[in-house]
Amino acid sequence: MAGVTMVQALNQAMREEMARDETVLLLGEDVGVDGGIFRVSDGLLDEFGEKRVVDTPLSEVAIVGSAIGLALYGFRPIAELQFSGFSYQAFHQVEGHVSRYRKRSQGRYTVPLVIRMPYGAGVRALEHHSESREAYYAHTPGLKVVIPRSPRKAWELLKASIRDPDPVVFMEPKGLYRRGREELPKDRRKVPALDGAEIVQEGEDITVVAYGAMLYRAMEAVKTLEREDVVNAEIIDLQMIAPLDSDTVNASVQKTGRAVVIHEAPRTLGVGAEIAARITEESFLSLEAPVKRITGYDVQVPMFAREQLYLPSEERILQGMRDTLAF
Amino acid sequence: MPIKTVDLDSEITHLSILDEKGRVDEELEPDIPEEDLLDLFKTMLLVREFDERKEKLQRQGRIGTFAPVRGQEAAQLGSIYALRKTDWFVPSFRETAATIWRGMRLEDDLVYTAGYEEGIRFTKESRDLPIAVPVASQIPHGVGIAWGIQLKGADDVVLTFFGDGATSEGDFHEALNFAQVFRLPVVFLCQNNRWAISVPLHKQTHSKTLAQKGIAYGMRSLQVDGNDILAVYVATREAIERARKGKGPTFIEALTYRLSFHTTADDPTKYRPADEVKEWEKRDPLPRFQEYLIKRGHLDRDMVKNWTTAAVIEVDHAVERFERRLDGMGRDPDAIFEHAYAKNPPYVERQRREVEDWVRARREEGGGE
Repeated sequence: MAGVTMVQALNQAMREEMARDETVLLLGEDVGVDGGIFRVSDGLLDEFGEKRVVDTPLSEVAIVGSAIGLALYGFRPIAELQFSGFSYQAFHQVEGHVSRYRKRSQGRYTVPLVIRMPYGAGVRALEHHSESREAYYAHTPGLKVVIPRSPRKAWELLKASIRDPDPVVFMEPKGLYRRGREELPKDRRKVPALDGAEIVQEGEDITVVAYGAMLYRAMEAVKTLEREDVVNAEIIDLQMIAPLDSDTVNASVQKTGRAVVIHEAPRTLGVGAEIAARITEESFLSLEAPVKRITGYDVQVPMFAREQLYLPSEERILQGMRDTLAF
Repeated sequence: MPIKTVDLDSEITHLSILDEKGRVDEELEPDIPEEDLLDLFKTMLLVREFDERKEKLQRQGRIGTFAPVRGQEAAQLGSIYALRKTDWFVPSFRETAATIWRGMRLEDDLVYTAGYEEGIRFTKESRDLPIAVPVASQIPHGVGIAWGIQLKGADDVVLTFFGDGATSEGDFHEALNFAQVFRLPVVFLCQNNRWAISVPLHKQTHSKTLAQKGIAYGMRSLQVDGNDILAVYVATREAIERARKGKGPTFIEALTYRLSFHTTADDPTKYRPADEVKEWEKRDPLPRFQEYLIKRGHLDRDMVKNWTTAAVIEVDHAVERFERRLDGMGRDPDAIFEHAYAKNPPYVERQRREVEDWVRARREEGGGE
């Protein structure tokens, strides 16, 4: 099959950015000799050498903390954390410093680094390897939080994140790492800046908001819905959880009057809650039904034998859309 | 005089009792009852068989990813044997040998590794913590339990396990500092298996020993041959006795080697030389313990053969029980919602009912799972 997987696309994005800009470097556990535990950095050590592709000792705090220092000095570090479940060791560096340097120095210092981390369930992994906690990061002003949906998007968004003047938490849906292939654009130099949500499919009857791995389930559910009912859904990929592009969502809802939000993260105080609040604030008079959240549950992610029961299934999404349409 | 050497009042000893050929230093040889020695040996055989079987089951997709023990059996069994049942055991994620010694049933481990909460089985009497996947995160917990023991005036001790990679994490350093400052009854057992996934020890730290990291906190610290079950036992027993007497914590660096992969998700041939593995295979803890027992007259070749077969049969039976349990377990959603809180909030209970309805509807449609 032609094209590249998301793993290869991310690899290509880093390779191109490292070739373009010598201040870009990659640090993390097992990113060098091993090529990353998911092979995202395969071959980069050979190409760029161990000064720019660095196998670090085992410390999330020092990976993120020293990436801050490298960024303060003028580098553009990409810090890889092996799983989002291990990112919390470095959380105080992210909350206390990554998100605040611009503010704390009144613009003198910035830390334009990228913190990459695989996240999300669906790959039969161990405890702490399946969580979807983007809300922790999105709740921290000063950070951008980016989640790609496809190989091409991963390539484009990672490159844009590396070039972005603000720090980016780049969360990679590991369930999509090797699911499907896409061609990368012919012109590799043109990279649109990070810029909010994208309308994946236009429609008039209901707005479907999702991101990451759940976007595919949403799209499958929409296909079934459109086959069985006379309905056209507008599908929006948020792409960025922070800053949250609610303008695109509201414009859509003002057209459709109905919205569902799908994510695998827990429901309470999740991205869906914020979307619902912003729709209520700005599109209240257009609403024909309450905004529906179809999400993971408000409990710890179960061990993998039951993770599919925890994740929003196509059936649940379909039911949620039908309930919203019938309201 | 402006410049003088500071006396650190510390030194690091390296303890070895049983060499690679199974020869023993009789002056240092501990007096372990024959029955216990043979139990330890049987457990070693069982753990090794279990490890191999799990690898096969994982390759067949019947269980998920796990971290094999092979090569580290002596470091785990020698130390855990020194612990009383009423003492506390704080594992990281590779301590299957120690956990089996503490009484974990093989089938429970398989159920857990197959992704089911039902494999987690603790009793009210349990003083073993569940495995901790985030590296070094469990070390402060051991310290806190030891603190509780001290506050209560109990004579229990905590044995906390972790690896070489963990010594790069802040949790490790902060926990050791607390333990020494409060003089707590805890023993830190570092299995230095030389590899943190693909990162070798010399890229993990430039310290000559890991033991000296304990010295930095004013802690009694020593190094042992971690593939020598007798040395590990002697060092741990002494550390535990000191802790029990209120003399504070000890840091033990057990020099060992991960003969297998980090977990079933990686391929060690990609990052480490085959020669190195071969060298360490010569220092395998199992044959040397076996030779020692034979020389002592506790064991003969026939017994080894019979016990190896018995280990295979025991694992066979565990796998059968595991598979029977999986059949009966289904995919009912209770385990998702049980134990999330002492009492689930109403909206979580509504979510539970929502899942139950989905599962029921699917069953009625005859869709099975």
